[in-house]
Amino acid sequence: MSAGVALRGVSLAVPAGAVLTVLGHNGSGKTTLLRLLATLTRPTAGSGRIGGHDLVGDREDVRRLVGLVGHGTQLYDDLTATENLLFTAALHDTPADRRAVEAALARVGLEAQAGARVRELSSGMRRRVALARVILRRPRVLLLDEPFAGLDQDSGKRLGEYLHGFRAEGGAAVVVTHSLGRGLALADRVAILAGGRLAVDQPRGSLTEEALGRLYLAATESAS
Amino acid sequence: MGTRVLGGVSALLLLVGLAAAFGYAPPDAVQGNVQRIMYIHVPSILTAYVAIGVVLVGSIGYLWTRRPAWDRAAAAAGELTVCFTAITLVTGSIWGKPTWGTWWTWDARLTSTALLFVIYLAYLLLRSVVDDPERAATYAAVLGIFGALDVPIIHFSVQWWRTLHQPATVLRPQAPTMDPTMLLALAVNVLAFVCTFAYLATRRYRLLTLEAEAQSRAWR
Amino acid sequence: MAAPAAFARRAWAVLWKDLVVERRAKEGANALAFFAVLLLFLFYLALGPDRERIRSALAGLFWLAFLLAGVLGLGRASALERENDCLDALVLAPGDKGGIYLGKVAGTTVLMLAMEVVFIVATGLLYNLDLWPAVPRLLLIAVCGTVGFTAVGTLFATMTAQLRAREVLLPVFLLPFVVPVLLAAVRLTEAALAGEGWGPSAAWWQLLLGFDVVFVVAGMLTFEFVLEA
Repeated sequence: MSAGVALRGVSLAVPAGAVLTVLGHNGSGKTTLLRLLATLTRPTAGSGRIGGHDLVGDREDVRRLVGLVGHGTQLYDDLTATENLLFTAALHDTPADRRAVEAALARVGLEAQAGARVRELSSGMRRRVALARVILRRPRVLLLDEPFAGLDQDSGKRLGEYLHGFRAEGGAAVVVTHSLGRGLALADRVAILAGGRLAVDQPRGSLTEEALGRLYLAATESAS
Repeated sequence: MGTRVLGGVSALLLLVGLAAAFGYAPPDAVQGNVQRIMYIHVPSILTAYVAIGVVLVGSIGYLWTRRPAWDRAAAAAGELTVCFTAITLVTGSIWGKPTWGTWWTWDARLTSTALLFVIYLAYLLLRSVVDDPERAATYAAVLGIFGALDVPIIHFSVQWWRTLHQPATVLRPQAPTMDPTMLLALAVNVLAFVCTFAYLATRRYRLLTLEAEAQSRAWR
Repeated sequence: MAAPAAFARRAWAVLWKDLVVERRAKEGANALAFFAVLLLFLFYLALGPDRERIRSALAGLFWLAFLLAGVLGLGRASALERENDCLDALVLAPGDKGGIYLGKVAGTTVLMLAMEVVFIVATGLLYNLDLWPAVPRLLLIAVCGTVGFTAVGTLFATMTAQLRAREVLLPVFLLPFVVPVLLAAVRLTEAALAGEGWGPSAAWWQLLLGFDVVFVVAGMLTFEFVLEA
């Protein structure tokens, strides 16, 4: 990472059973935010807690609770979908057998591709395998970076349904997305990052897509 | 304030050491005056070992506490390690030329020192090549620990390798036949070099600290 | 799950994964062995056809080839982790990272051993030398030397993986470090090839095994720091 401040003075809270959608232009700090929450990066100042565990001090406990689906799929292209999931289970000490793996793949609609090497799958399918990988571990918190990118209509709908169910079970999610429409549909809270600062942070309420779009433009313009 | 005293003491000791090396100590029975270079060669490698020890302590301290002060100490000591190993190599080479007729002998100490020189040069290289300062400090700390662990292993392996191929070298001043006046002169010089190292390391550490403070002020 | 069992499970999973991925890799799993045999040719062209000269240099040639091919192998292994952010997945695995480190060391050692076996056999064939009596001992030396090399190399490869000049920097950092391994392994290989007894070279065995133990332990303790950085 080159010298520069990615995030400044960001303060957020996401309760259980809620989805926070984070919008922002490229370079606004969205990915850094997710990486901080996932404990992949340490903050230079400030602190955070997930599930009562400190992000820096209780890193290990945070990692057991959190599942990150980032830009990279974290998959080995030469292994099959099933093998990738089994490897993840072994890494995380999650008891998982073939049945659990099949169930996770089924939740993202990829039962048929269980034995296919990741290299042979389309990019949309790969992203779904990446999600299945995280689902397998039953995290309490999901961090999703552009989950709708490269997904077709059907898969996008399925993802939305999955998140709905996840939320109903008490899970919390932070979804970073470019897509105003889908992001809004999912959200309980909406936040907009611009230039490393939190420009907007409010409950979704009765926000329409147009209103959100106006907020987004305003925030982005004032940041540049 | 303390640093200035240390600097004064070091300068004084160096002068005394120089006088002892060239005036007080007698010329060597076999090699004559050329052997006097030992009074620089041996203290510098011993000081290099001290410096490596400081790098080790700083590295462990940084990994343990994550406080940059430890890292700065290690960095300062690392630079001096490269300096003192370089001095050892150069003086060893100068010693070898009139004695053996070659600029480089694959003598055990010279070879080991050359390896240490390369390793700690790489240590400095690693720091300069990694952009993220925290990552650079962490990597350097690991390298600092590994380097210190390797020092004795390198020492023995090279020595055993050497003894298989050639008889013992004359560049070994710990010969039991060393004159007590020579030993005294040597001891004074060792002390002088170590004090100088302490002084230089402290100054360098201060400088690094000031640089770090200036940088963090620039971020606010 | 009990900590030691989880540790072993992680190490085994990483080992298995490294081997399978290498076997299925597009570039062909035998690239390393191919490179090693190519080195054989080059050595012979450079030093032959005088068989005596080759024979006397053989131990050194073995280990030069292993080290050079090993550096390439390490580079490949760390490149695989960088794809798709797989390294992040390793960082996010909870618990002691030492298991992951051991798995990687074991995996790279196995792959290098496969290359070394091919190399030894090919040497016997191409140079028309009878190496059979020495083979069991050669393999033992190969294992011990490779473990030491891999223990330090895995760590350094992870560090240099994120740097732009990684192909040049890895050997610059690694090779001076493993000189003791080179010296010990060559001396032991010479003894094996000459059919010497085990006694005279006992000190070298101690040095080699000492190196292995020191650096595997040091690696296990520090790998976490390197991963998290």
